[in-house]
Parts: sequence; C-alpha cells; structure tokens
Amino acid sequence: MKFSDFVATDAIRSHVEAGTKEGVIREMVQALVNANRIAAGDQESIVKAIMKREDLGSTGIGRGVAVPHTKHPSVSRLVGTVAVSPKGIEFESLDGEPVQLFFLLVSPPDRPGDHLRALENISRQLRDDAFCRLLKSAKGPVEIQHLLEEADSQGIVS
Amino acid sequence: MTGTLPCPEADTPHTMSQQTLTREVVVANSQGLHARPADLLAREARRWRSRIELVADTQRVDGKSILEVLTLAAEAGTRLVVEATGPDAQEALEAIGVLFERKFNEQAAEQGG
Repeated sequence: MKFSDFVATDAIRSHVEAGTKEGVIREMVQALVNANRIAAGDQESIVKAIMKREDLGSTGIGRGVAVPHTKHPSVSRLVGTVAVSPKGIEFESLDGEPVQLFFLLVSPPDRPGDHLRALENISRQLRDDAFCRLLKSAKGPVEIQHLLEEADSQGIVS
Repeated sequence: MTGTLPCPEADTPHTMSQQTLTREVVVANSQGLHARPADLLAREARRWRSRIELVADTQRVDGKSILEVLTLAAEAGTRLVVEATGPDAQEALEAIGVLFERKFNEQAAEQGG
C-alpha cells in the first residue's frame, strides 16, 4: 500500500498548533473533516475512539513518530493524514521522546488487513532517517505531499 | 544490521553460546501484528541478550524493533519463524511463543484497534 492510497492530501498539516496529545489528534481529525473525508458529525466519536486506543498503549512508536488510529464504522475505506509539530509534543511514546511526526489512520472495522498494510508502509519508509528528517522539517503541506509521492515512487534518495 | 530504534545493546555473547534456535508461531489474534502487538513483541525480544529475528515468506526482520516488526504486515493466520541466536535463545523463544499463543492478550480489547 502506498501513501497515496490513504493520505488525504488536503488534510496534511505541516505546523500543527496543538501542544498536547489530544489537541493534535483533534486537529488532525478536524483537518479530515475540512477535507470532506469524514463527516463533521462523526468527529467527536472518532477523536474519542482514538484517545481510547491511546489509553491501551501509546502509538508513539519511537524516532519522534506516532501513528494514532482507530477503527470506526463511519468510514468505508481507510483514510488518513499526516501532520508535523516542529517543536514536538509529549506523547508518552515508547522511547519517551516527544513526537514531531504524526500519521493518523481511521479504518473500517472489517478491514484489518488494510490497516496493517498502511502501518507496514509507514514503518518501512520511516526506517529511512533522511525521509523522517525531511518530513519533520517540511516548510508546508505541499512539501510533505511531495515527499510522500517520492517515497511512493522510489524511496527517498539521500 | 539495519537501522533500528535505539535499544539496550545486548552484551557481546561469549563465543561458546552462539546457538541459533527456531520456533514456528502463528499470528492468531484477528487484527494481526498491528502496532500494539508489535510493541509487546519488540519489548519482550529486547529483554533477552540473544539476537531475535522474525522470518516471513519474503523477509527477515529484527524482532527487537517495532518498526521492523510492523513491516511484516502479518495478518491473522500468518505463520512466522522466530529465530533466536545467543546464550538465552531457548528462554527467549519460550517467552515470545507465549505472546503469540496468548494472542497478545488481544481478544478482550478487540475494539481498541
């Protein structure tokens, strides 16, 4: 699975305003609403479900990256977005470090395979330090979009 | 070695004890090896001095790295071979096998994602 298969480009944010875990999740879900990927009426329920998942164990997987996610019946296909907090947000991540780079995923309850393949793609690409670093320092959403496209086509050449 | 998360370096094992043992496991929880089980697995693997690798049909990854484990995208029903090399290989395989057998304690929290 490629980034372009699930990342809503209109919902990419390069400089989130939030400074808290719930704040950044809320901002990313709002971005998906604004991009017409999820209905405004489902926003609160999705934010709550993602926070509930975080309570089971942080999705901050290290390297300054988090993958907040949930299954939700309101979506019929996997949808996600990417956000960057240049200053970093405390996320109770597995290595204890603040998180700058967020991939948020909302998937239909009956498609666990798609969710796994999105995680697979994200984690595979993030093994590349240059890709991580470039995403975290992106000047704007378009730059993030281009980095994702480049990763989709060949991987970042550093 | 591939790039991995920082993890406590295992002591260099004594040359006498570089045995490699393997164990076949099946991903039995319905959601597959997603973020939470991958985290549990990598945490368990890091408790041991042995090198731990997971071998799937087409790839081999470092079991101590959640990022590497996630790249397997192992769905429910996937068979994997866990390979442990080092002085505590036997115990490591045992502990990791239990995680798979217990389905990573997932069934109660199935809705959690």
